[in-house]
Amino acid sequence: MITYIKILIDSPEFLAQLIINGLLVGAIFALIAYGLALIWGVMDIINFAQGEMVIFGGYITYTLFYQFGIHPILTIPIVAVLLFVFGLFIYKTVIYRLLGEKDIFITILATFGLAILMQQLMQAIFGPDVVTANPELGMQFLFDGALIISNIQLVSFIIAVFVAIVLFVVMKYSRLGQTIRATAQNPRAARILGINIDRVYANTFAINAALCGIGGSLVVMIWTIHPFIGLVYTFRSFFIVILAGLGNFMGIIFTGMGISAFENVTGFIIGAEFQAAVIFCLLVIILITRSIRARKKRQYIH
Amino acid sequence: MITKDKQNTLIWLGLVISTIVPFLFPNHITLLTYIWVMIILALTWDMLGGQTGYTSFGNILFLGVGMYVCAVVQRDMFSSGLGRFERVSEVVVNLNVSEYFISLAVGTLSGAIVAVVLAVILGSGILGMRGHYFAICTLGLGHAAAEIASGIDYIGAGSGMVTPLYPSELLIGKEAFYYYAFLLVAVATFFLFRKIYQSQFGLALNAIRDNENKAESMGIHTTQYKIAGWSISAFFLAIAGAGIGNVIGFIDPVEIAFSGPTFGVWMIVMAILGGKGTIWGPVLGAVILYSAKETFWTYLLGWDKVALGLLILIVVVYFPKGILGYFKDRKQLSNSILSQKGEE
Repeated sequence: MITYIKILIDSPEFLAQLIINGLLVGAIFALIAYGLALIWGVMDIINFAQGEMVIFGGYITYTLFYQFGIHPILTIPIVAVLLFVFGLFIYKTVIYRLLGEKDIFITILATFGLAILMQQLMQAIFGPDVVTANPELGMQFLFDGALIISNIQLVSFIIAVFVAIVLFVVMKYSRLGQTIRATAQNPRAARILGINIDRVYANTFAINAALCGIGGSLVVMIWTIHPFIGLVYTFRSFFIVILAGLGNFMGIIFTGMGISAFENVTGFIIGAEFQAAVIFCLLVIILITRSIRARKKRQYIH
Repeated sequence: MITKDKQNTLIWLGLVISTIVPFLFPNHITLLTYIWVMIILALTWDMLGGQTGYTSFGNILFLGVGMYVCAVVQRDMFSSGLGRFERVSEVVVNLNVSEYFISLAVGTLSGAIVAVVLAVILGSGILGMRGHYFAICTLGLGHAAAEIASGIDYIGAGSGMVTPLYPSELLIGKEAFYYYAFLLVAVATFFLFRKIYQSQFGLALNAIRDNENKAESMGIHTTQYKIAGWSISAFFLAIAGAGIGNVIGFIDPVEIAFSGPTFGVWMIVMAILGGKGTIWGPVLGAVILYSAKETFWTYLLGWDKVALGLLILIVVVYFPKGILGYFKDRKQLSNSILSQKGEE
């Protein structure tokens, strides 16, 4: 472990490499986390199937690429539309029945069941193998080869930023965005003012699913996926949302990128096999410290 | 409603039948053993998940911890440690009769103690949170434990451990021994939990479920009650884990010890299916789910786990109160209709 730290100190360009890689892919995590924050803030529902939706999007890209020969980057709009429809379907069949449920653990258990169902369905349909849909775009060598950035990471970063900007504009200026924000602030008042809350909820959940899908197609281009890796993305998105707060758009983006860079560096230092465990342990430590701080004021986090 | 006397008669009848059953179906003893395992899992999950209303996804942690601690004690208690070039996953320890049972007992107990200590430490941090945050924290517990266990060479890392061979010179076979051992543990768990739920402690747990703020203002130290409840669950779960490790004979960190998709999900589904927050619900759910799984799920050809996911979704969304809760509601409904008719 100390030798690895020494390597990082001795060769700052390697450290820079790790951090830049992290920052680039962090934008994707931020996208997924924003979807989670959206439904958490608007509907007060947390989605344990977030990571599974990401993987589902990834599998659609993979299938379109290998079965129909569509270039992975061009599949992104298709995936977004398909996942939007999928989100609407899930809302109508499952989430709709949970709204207004007093016992929040019912909603948690239901989305947890959804996560299991999606994992197993994906395994039954796509098989348990690790897949990837790398479009082979080549590398970018900077500073005489001191920094190597694969083009696909760069492209996915640009796509993620583009989606974020579109999302920002939609949330800020469109009628849909206005109704979503109004519902988040006060659902009763929004309903009195003639907003169809049910449609707002459905659209919010579908937007979240579409964001996950876009994230998934970017993930499958950069790394590999298999049916059971969704939980890691669920954690990452929780982690980002908890650190950044619910309504904070820019906060989520910067936290996402920062966490991803941090994760890369710690993953290098203590070994990649512990990387997922590190995210989780950090999440628990942060929550426990917050909980202790709240307890001093005779409050609790909920 | 079944009266107390009738209930006790039923329990005794059930116990007598379960004692004889291994002689009737000697080929299915392992299967029957698993029913008792499942009952323990469901009952322990229900302590927090049903009585307190705190849905914990991380109870599988204690199962795996019990399994690993017991296996390590069994391996190292009577042997001089590992040879230098031996691979942990291939070490098979041969013990004689007294060594086997002493190390099993010591291992099970120390596994249970480690689990309780872990529950107290983790619980004092995690159980102070409520709602979403608690669920998130527990969801990762088992997952993180599996990752950490797959990285430690002392317990065989990713390739796992082998538990000692059952001594062959005994009269009672391995299957029969573990059947009766689990029967004993399950019955002890059941009676102890029933006693707990009838006591003041159980009332405090239910008060937390109904309204935690009110319970707190009535002077109940809710976090301490939750920690105590979780520790009791952890104790019995670790014992069950130590047994499962020996029944299977092989411990794998991801597939067996901290296996979220099997044991971890089953315990939740069983408790909810039967009716959470009741003492009989988890027992009923365990028996129904496991028998169903063993009888016809094999015909689903790989779609059995899909069916499990679908089942959890349907039960949670449409019958959140489970089988017992459903019948209780119907009974109350028909009673109220009857009493209304009587008034007319």
